[in-house]
Amino acid sequence: MEKTINITLKVWRQKGPQSKGGFETYQLNNISIDSSFLEMLDVLNEKLISEKKEPVVFDHDCREGICGMCSLYINGHPHGPDEDVTTCQLHMRKFKDGETIIIEPWRSKGFPVIKDLMVDRSAFDKIIQAGGFVSVSTGGVPDGNAIPISKDKADEAMDAASCIGCGACVAACKNGSAMLFVSAKVSQLALLPQGKVEAARRAKAMVAKMDELGFGNCTNTGACESECPKSVSIAHIARLNREFLKAKLKD
Amino acid sequence: MTQINSKIPQGPLAQKWSNYKASQKLVNPANKRRLDIIVVGTGLAGASAAASLGELGFNVLNFCIQDSPRRAHSIAAQGGINAAKNYPNDGDSVYRLFYDTIKGGDYRAREANVYRLAEVSNSIIDQCVAQGVPFAREYGGYLDNRSFGGAQVSRTFYAKGQTGQQLLLGAYSALSRQVSKGSVKLYTRYEMMDVVIINGKARGIIARNLRTGKLERFFGHAVVIATGGYGNTFFLSTNAMGSNGSAAMQCYRKGAYFANPCYAQIHPTCIPVHGEFQSKLTLMSESLRNDGRIWVPKKKEDVDAIRAGKLKPTQIPEDNRDYYLERRYPAFGNLVPRDVASRAAKERCDAGFGVGATGLAVYLDFSEAINRLGRDVVEARYGNLFQMYYKIVDEDPYETPMMIYPAIHYTMGGIWVDYECMTSIEGLFSIGEANFSDHGANRLGASALMQGLADGYFVLPYTIQNYLADEIRTPRMSTELPEFAEAEGSVQAKIQKIMAIKGNRSVDSIHKQLGLIMWDFVGMSRTKESLQEALDDIQKVKHEFWTNVYIPGESEDLNVELEKALRVADFIEIGELMARDALHREESCGGHFRAEYQTAEGEALRDDEHFSYVGCWKYEGEDKAPSLLKEPLVYETVHMQQRNYK
Repeated sequence: MEKTINITLKVWRQKGPQSKGGFETYQLNNISIDSSFLEMLDVLNEKLISEKKEPVVFDHDCREGICGMCSLYINGHPHGPDEDVTTCQLHMRKFKDGETIIIEPWRSKGFPVIKDLMVDRSAFDKIIQAGGFVSVSTGGVPDGNAIPISKDKADEAMDAASCIGCGACVAACKNGSAMLFVSAKVSQLALLPQGKVEAARRAKAMVAKMDELGFGNCTNTGACESECPKSVSIAHIARLNREFLKAKLKD
Repeated sequence: MTQINSKIPQGPLAQKWSNYKASQKLVNPANKRRLDIIVVGTGLAGASAAASLGELGFNVLNFCIQDSPRRAHSIAAQGGINAAKNYPNDGDSVYRLFYDTIKGGDYRAREANVYRLAEVSNSIIDQCVAQGVPFAREYGGYLDNRSFGGAQVSRTFYAKGQTGQQLLLGAYSALSRQVSKGSVKLYTRYEMMDVVIINGKARGIIARNLRTGKLERFFGHAVVIATGGYGNTFFLSTNAMGSNGSAAMQCYRKGAYFANPCYAQIHPTCIPVHGEFQSKLTLMSESLRNDGRIWVPKKKEDVDAIRAGKLKPTQIPEDNRDYYLERRYPAFGNLVPRDVASRAAKERCDAGFGVGATGLAVYLDFSEAINRLGRDVVEARYGNLFQMYYKIVDEDPYETPMMIYPAIHYTMGGIWVDYECMTSIEGLFSIGEANFSDHGANRLGASALMQGLADGYFVLPYTIQNYLADEIRTPRMSTELPEFAEAEGSVQAKIQKIMAIKGNRSVDSIHKQLGLIMWDFVGMSRTKESLQEALDDIQKVKHEFWTNVYIPGESEDLNVELEKALRVADFIEIGELMARDALHREESCGGHFRAEYQTAEGEALRDDEHFSYVGCWKYEGEDKAPSLLKEPLVYETVHMQQRNYK
């Protein structure tokens, strides 16, 4: 037998970027505990549509925990109470029968609300465009095995590269800092010989862009790491700081 | 009679691409700046194409429906990407990769395209390494490989279970570099609504700004469609929720042929369906089959005891397990191609040996690998996949075997293109999963990432110039031209028509209805009767949609229901086209299994004499049956034979 629960939702509704938002309360019964959080929201939206009301707008896409599109601040946690998951991989078995669940959009100056629970995260693209790449053009590159990279370094770079750009780190940070996101990319490329040449310029350019876009500073609280669905380590922030300092000293 | 010209270059197979590049026309750098190219889609194909074209100096406009190019569904690919590097010294070569791909596609792909794909595969790895993609490495510092279905060599490069993510982020970073240089302009949260044709050539698109709901017009000297596949026709699939076939359908309505729509790949290792509310299926990477062994109980009483919860799979002794892939296909074992593994799973479940609550699941067991390699090694190889499984199913795959079942995954059909990736409309190109060209009736693992990047980095940037070289005197056109106004008007009319229905059904409920018909009648096994029934039922769904759908909100606003409705209207047409194509193809090949055509052992039975062609559907107008054109498949090098993985 499928187990089900009844829940109360308090959902942030906001018509547009300039509108004033507020919470709406909805009651949902017989939600299967095997459904994902977003499937539960699908059920809510089906109900709203059947009542000829506007459904709740939220971002989502792959629903397998990798695209980074889903967001949601659930009961005070980015991506909800479960550890190391995105909202699409959060399941209703993590909630109790009769529980009230509060759902808000990412709240940060860097991520303005578009509608309801959907926010604008294009600032992340702008930070990457400031230097989060290796300046190599297509074709004419050396053989993949021409430059050996030790397994440990490659693995460390891979851990940094596993950032999915969801923005939970910013949402979790009391300063709205994007340091974990920036450090993941800086760290990945600084660890590999291919990205090393530009490492100093990259660190400066990305940090400058982050500041310009209204993200706050890091005060080593560690909230970003503990809320990151991919467990990206704040050790990368330390590496970013070193790269940044090295670059500044050269100036 | 329309002739289909695939523009395959002359000469021996291995020299065709070199010959083509040596004689194609180029555009000089000063002229490139004066040419605009629209690229729709930012997945592996779209992002790599937009980045490469920007690097060359063209002026690129790049569109995606997501909030960032990094969200394209290529990101979810897990297992790996093939290349014929032969680093492991196990006998790989360009020819062998080509041959495996042709054979894996059940001899229904174009020989010259597949050879070119194998030829450029090695450059892709080099390119991605140079971009800083953290591929898995050996302790000595060299790239590591693993093997995938349909191959007896280790040619798959990977980055943990997140290869698609890392390759896409590589392409995204190359794209970001061009955006910062100003050669590419990004349009995120924009959806292509129509392609604009002027004097027979593609000259732009109408796109809907998804944030405001307003329609906007964009001019391009050429238009490239890189919008992926149409697997979401089935509602439940492994595709991202937003993946859709609408851009391809707009091209089809404007005269681009739609080729081999019935070729949809069924992936064998998916987490089984578990409830009615389910929105999406999650794949467990095929790479798991390297170390996981697939089995079901041999005895019916064990099956019953498991389903009743009285017995655990770990309690069934080795002798009572049926490792059916190893039994039936000793040479390839658990690494048979996807279509073969999927049908074998269905066969066992249909015979009553399926496990899980629904009986629609088989075991993927790692106990032997954990004993042999240790838990740490298994965790290093597949840790994130195991975690994903655990979060969804709430069972620890280190302790108990995973349960898997086949699901709709990747579509091999798509917009017809010639060797230059140009569609039957001049100046309209299509790359990656959106086109039909490189996979035939089935696709081997780790070959989709290869095609997406091959097309974007190393094929289209050349071939598009052969077309654009003749366009250097074409000035940028005004989007006030009547062709733009007319295209926008027809999109507007369609949106208004949908908004005005004001019925009682939600978009999703109609989409689910369509999906069930597709799975039951146009799914893993098809018959003449089931397909005819599907065609009838799809008509009913179509009628239901156009008379009873309800869209809340306004059209000129952010309106997710309207976005979905426009896509579902197209999925209905695609479903019809798939059923029609499957009905006419009276043979079995790859993912297209017509139950009437099978060998005594239950394997797919092709009919090379009558069906060795690409089935191209040409739009003949609304409510008219499309006509079928055929591009014969000529095999100059490979001899077609029965696929055998024994």
